[in-house]
Amino acid sequence: MMMMEQKNWNLLDEALGFHSNNANPWPLCGRFLLVEDCVDTSAAFVLHHILKRAFSSHPSSAVLFLAFSHPFSHYDRVLRKLGCNLAAQRDNGRFFFLDMLMLQCPDEGKSNHDGLASVFEQIERVITVLHQDKRPISIMVDDISFLEVAANGSSNDVLNLLHYCHTLTSDYGCAFIALDHKDIYLNGDRDAIILEMEYLADILVKAEPLATGLAKDVHGQLKVLDKETQHQYGISAIKTHNFHFKIKENGIECFYPGTKI
Amino acid sequence: MAATKTRVSSFSRNLSTVTSQNPGLKHGPNGTIFISSGIPDLDKILGGGFSLGSLVMVMEDPEAPHHMLLLRNFMSQGLVQKQPLLYASASKDPKSFLGTLPSPASPKGDKTSDHTHEKDLRIAWQYKKYFGEPQLNLNTNNGGQLEYCNDFDLRKPLDRHFFSSNNVDCVSIKDSPNLTALQDRCAGFLANFSRNAGCISSAARIAIQSFCSPQCKYSNEEWHMLSFIRSLKGMARSSNAVVVVTFPPSLISPSCSKRLQHMADTLLSVRAIPDEDKELAKLLTGYQDMVGLLNVHKVARLNTQVPVILEATTFSIKLQKRRFLVLECLNQAPVDGSSGSSYGTSGGCSGSTKSGSLDF
Repeated sequence: MMMMEQKNWNLLDEALGFHSNNANPWPLCGRFLLVEDCVDTSAAFVLHHILKRAFSSHPSSAVLFLAFSHPFSHYDRVLRKLGCNLAAQRDNGRFFFLDMLMLQCPDEGKSNHDGLASVFEQIERVITVLHQDKRPISIMVDDISFLEVAANGSSNDVLNLLHYCHTLTSDYGCAFIALDHKDIYLNGDRDAIILEMEYLADILVKAEPLATGLAKDVHGQLKVLDKETQHQYGISAIKTHNFHFKIKENGIECFYPGTKI
Repeated sequence: MAATKTRVSSFSRNLSTVTSQNPGLKHGPNGTIFISSGIPDLDKILGGGFSLGSLVMVMEDPEAPHHMLLLRNFMSQGLVQKQPLLYASASKDPKSFLGTLPSPASPKGDKTSDHTHEKDLRIAWQYKKYFGEPQLNLNTNNGGQLEYCNDFDLRKPLDRHFFSSNNVDCVSIKDSPNLTALQDRCAGFLANFSRNAGCISSAARIAIQSFCSPQCKYSNEEWHMLSFIRSLKGMARSSNAVVVVTFPPSLISPSCSKRLQHMADTLLSVRAIPDEDKELAKLLTGYQDMVGLLNVHKVARLNTQVPVILEATTFSIKLQKRRFLVLECLNQAPVDGSSGSSYGTSGGCSGSTKSGSLDF
């Protein structure tokens, strides 16, 4: 199984460092990966891909998933087609799905304890239990913009939660993966969240449509920026990868522009 | 008629299981179930219709009420199929809007069969490449049988008995200070159609017209509106219902509009076309018959990660015989300019057509 998969690394895997055969089974450990997309090109498939890789990276790896935009049934069906059974992983105690679809924080002015604070308590409880077994843990947020809406637009509360999640990357060596929509903030309206997240992120993945419009064979392009903040010699180099992608039910095809046959 | 065609190619799924029980439902890919939008062409464009559990947002054009065309057909289709409906608008008496709904076209008469023939030709040749299936004219439209999708005659009002029954709920959001009341109504309405019930007996429809319009008192509380739509989406996802919301993007901040667009599962926009745009008239065939343009920005992808890529995303809204709503790809006019009246002779299907300000 592992051998099979190693042959199937695509450009996204290479850009995220999954292909490197070093001692670290889960290269996103201790790192923060931010995925950005827009209305025309959804980057949800990047999360699906990482989710699948997270489970195959290590037999005891675990994922904590905060779902704001889709219910479990959606992810279960999508990942099943990718060859990963979320329901079984959930029963094995490797997949923790927090359904946040109907989360709504109380109005401003009141204490937000019922809202995001309790969400973080939930996260922390799961992480501390998992950490005792030294398992590689990933925390995923499928839509930061929905989180903002759930917090009634209180950027500070959202930033607090995201910062707390970010501290888990250093405290427990978790991987933190979050998706946000770049085009919401383009006119400078309440853009503190996206700016801070971009600053904190170790890896940035941007999904964009092709400049020439939609095509059947190329669904868009991905830009992966790896800031390499944990470089062993302290040298910070930014590696960028640019490639096109096509999304299929059973995976994604990545290729350099113009090389698709 | 386009509405009555059954899929007969070997590529299509076996649709008999649900359709035999309820003609208003149709199996789609990935375990989704479609209900009709009330416009046969729109159903075709979207690959079958609106998926149950999805949120459809329509961006209005402030200059023209074309979104009402979509909304009326959507509501009529549900009422004809006896699906429960919740309608909310900012008008004082939303119930009166039901009187303006179109009625399904009468199936008999030589006129319609003539019309059917013409339409078949056109659709077969224009949409063949999307579906790869022969459009056979299996017309089972006799005796007022229920169909998946009807053709609606916009000049004929819907029979009163369709909406006098008690499965229609009308809410005015004009004077409510916030959206809590509407949210409670929607929650109560959708609770009857929870997805847990295994078998699907009926589907429900919610139509909300001009959601952020300034008549509503909450129209300056953007976060309040966003969280309403978000919770509506969450509720719809776990029920057998389709929610259609129209909103004027120009009246809210760009970032709020973008957020709403991200929340939509299916995102459409309508645009008026200027009456005397000579440049556009030269570029497009059938310009005289167009009443507006429909853009498909996003097609719902429930239970899948693969995006739906359409051959064309801009369609012209036309009224055929001033009665029937049809959507067509934009056709680029031949250089010498031909008459717009003949559908059959217009240029090739225009996935790649570029026409000035219209982007595809």
